[in-house]
Amino acid sequence: MILIGLGYGCKGGAATAALASDAAKRVYVAPGEKDEVYAFLSGGFSGQMSVYGIPSTRLFKIIPVFSVFPENGYGYDEETKNMLRTTHGYIPWDDSHHIEASMTDGKQDGRWLFLNANNTPRLARIDLKSFETKEIIEIPNSAGNHASPFATENTEYLMAATRFSVPIPQASVPIENFSKGDFKGTVTMVKVDPKSGRLSLELQILVPGFDYDLSHCGKGKSHDWCFFTSYNSEQAYKMIEVGASKNDKDYILAFNWVRAKQCLDQGKASNFGGEYYRNYLPENQPAISEKLSGVKMLQPKDCPGVMYYMPTPKSPHGTDVDPTGEYIVGGGKLATVIPVHSFSKLMDVKDKPEHRSGMIMDIPILKYESTLAGEVKKPCLGPLHTEFDGKGYAYTSCFVSSEVVKWELGTWEVQQHLPAYYSVGHLSIVGGSSKDPYGKYLIALNKITKDRYLPVGMELPQSAQLYDISGGKAELLSDFPTVGEPHYSQMIPAKLLMDKAAKIYPLEENKHPYAIKNEKDARVVREGNTVRVYMTQIRSHFKPDTIEVKSGDTVFFHVTNLEQDFDIPHGFAVSGAPEMPNLLIMPGQTRTFKWKAPKPGIYPFYCTDFCSALHQEMQQYIRVLP
Amino acid sequence: MQKLLLKKISKMNRLLILGVGLLLVSVYFLPIWHISLDAPQYPEGLGMKIWIDKITGSSTYDLQNINLLNHYIGMHEIVSESVPELLFMPYVLGFLIFGAFVTFLYPRVYLTILGILNIIILGILGMYDFWRWEYNYGHNLNPDAPIVVPGMAYQPPLLGCKEMLNITACSFPSWGGIILFASLGILAFIVWNEKRRMDVSK
Ligand SMILES: [Cu+2]
Repeated sequence: MILIGLGYGCKGGAATAALASDAAKRVYVAPGEKDEVYAFLSGGFSGQMSVYGIPSTRLFKIIPVFSVFPENGYGYDEETKNMLRTTHGYIPWDDSHHIEASMTDGKQDGRWLFLNANNTPRLARIDLKSFETKEIIEIPNSAGNHASPFATENTEYLMAATRFSVPIPQASVPIENFSKGDFKGTVTMVKVDPKSGRLSLELQILVPGFDYDLSHCGKGKSHDWCFFTSYNSEQAYKMIEVGASKNDKDYILAFNWVRAKQCLDQGKASNFGGEYYRNYLPENQPAISEKLSGVKMLQPKDCPGVMYYMPTPKSPHGTDVDPTGEYIVGGGKLATVIPVHSFSKLMDVKDKPEHRSGMIMDIPILKYESTLAGEVKKPCLGPLHTEFDGKGYAYTSCFVSSEVVKWELGTWEVQQHLPAYYSVGHLSIVGGSSKDPYGKYLIALNKITKDRYLPVGMELPQSAQLYDISGGKAELLSDFPTVGEPHYSQMIPAKLLMDKAAKIYPLEENKHPYAIKNEKDARVVREGNTVRVYMTQIRSHFKPDTIEVKSGDTVFFHVTNLEQDFDIPHGFAVSGAPEMPNLLIMPGQTRTFKWKAPKPGIYPFYCTDFCSALHQEMQQYIRVLP
Repeated sequence: MQKLLLKKISKMNRLLILGVGLLLVSVYFLPIWHISLDAPQYPEGLGMKIWIDKITGSSTYDLQNINLLNHYIGMHEIVSESVPELLFMPYVLGFLIFGAFVTFLYPRVYLTILGILNIIILGILGMYDFWRWEYNYGHNLNPDAPIVVPGMAYQPPLLGCKEMLNITACSFPSWGGIILFASLGILAFIVWNEKRRMDVSK
């Protein structure tokens, strides 16, 4: 009530729902017709990514990334379980927040998506041909990989900055030493191979111990730079809620990654510890999991010009760069304005002493007014994230007043308030973080849904909302429930992806070491107490079909789906197998089900994916001998 | 009549004969016949092509998928190797092309008519052989097949479309077949043209 009483001019507010009468028609996608846009939503605490069609908001798929997925065996089978290996061991879950789409010249190129794991710092690459996770790299010397994975204009690098500053390298020090400088943060540059997409750690930069929250990289003239928000510049370590909210301004860190690379090449970075895993899933082969150690660490003091702090009110959360690369919009979650920094001004003043107000760890702090382009006055309560429609307008989500605010770049005038149901975090416009937005749809990714759906117990559905922003006034089109918390999203026009989607794994290209490409090669091979079953599947049978093993044997079922027809996966499940739930094997793919033969008896196995008229007959037995 | 048969054909028609010979060469590189199968679960379509020397799917994996469907009804697997005619068909076509070049060098109406007869005989034999294969595939079913519909045969049409269970099978000449028909037409035109020229010159 108090917040609403402050009266920031949030006309309308969350209570009024002005739904255009023809909204249903605009989200209706007739049977057999296809959606216009793919929306990829991160799953927050579900650790996954889900794929929706826009405008219908139909759920198409869940892509398992950081969490195991019994539905298809991801994280369980011998091929994918190494994808979830870390220096902390096998981690079957994470908290996946931010999706980044690969770009060429600042425009979406439809090759890969990247997703961060916040809890156990990692970064994943999802291939947009197969819609599968292909690589996961761990980020060492980081705790809470939140400001990640934000890409440079040509996807040269992905940036990853640590949310929870900790002693680096790790050490058990008194927690009150946080404010004495014992805690540090890192910014990591993850290199993306332009051809293969393979990820590698190129460089880390040690930064002051704040909480690095979000990031976005520049485009066009600001190509060389990435911007990171930070909060808790107070370095509070108790009751952070209060302690971290004291300063009137925290910082946006402007980071010149081209300069950092220069300093690396000049040998100014030093060898630093840190172990990490890199897990890579080659096409239709078992994941290759490597444990690597050591990174190159750069200290800002050894590389002048690499970083600057731009004071930004107040506990900034989002930092977003407009399509021209000129404006850097801060989302001060406790601020009463939306501050917009100017890249040209930053270039102008960054090395002039009169525009500086101090230094932290040799990083110059610039004066707030020196880089400011303007402020959107009294926009809303709790501005967080901003995306752009490519027509000169920006849309900012406001958590506290539960709305999306449309405002104009340059005049900084608020144009429209769009209520959100309720407590919107990120928002997403099709291509809205790229150089070339396709500004037709906007989704608000909400945290709370009270009263929007049928109640389903204490936890209500997670939810997002779809708006049409193509006209002068944005209009709410629909609400839709989502998988996990819809944390952030990338929306990509369907025409960029749909015709490239893979239909099968070509059998002749299957290089899996245990693949067989012909029923004639199906066989059972015993090596001591290990039994390897080279098995094929085709509608509607397995080969070999009846199998005998001994109690206590370790049995590997290397199952190859011989089909070469789109949309004909087969399943494989063994009755009562405790460690391996189910496998879905795509046409032409080989996957391995590991089974410890239990006490003597007869154990059925069967196909779990309804594949044909005789699917129900796709079943057989394993006899376990004493 | 005899006069017409022995008539030397005109320069223009002689070039046309050469054209027919060259056109026929393209039949080595084009499918002669095309059978398409339409079913609700194959919205993208399924099909097979019959070439002078092989049978293939319309797209990479179609033949494999057609065979997969066929295994339910106990149809023999369709593979090029099981059709021996495909081994000598290229030589038959070679003979036709050879005939065209002979006619070009020794341009007589009777040779043109011989060409027409060759194509017609080849066409009739070819169509009969094609029908016989279709009949065998459609009728010689494995009695142990999972799906047995009493009285049902799965012989695709020789020309045109036919419903079989939930599948619509259509069979039509493809580019190679059209070229063979076109060659026949051109040869017939030449004979007609030569007769007319002879009549006019009378
Ligand atoms: Cu199956």
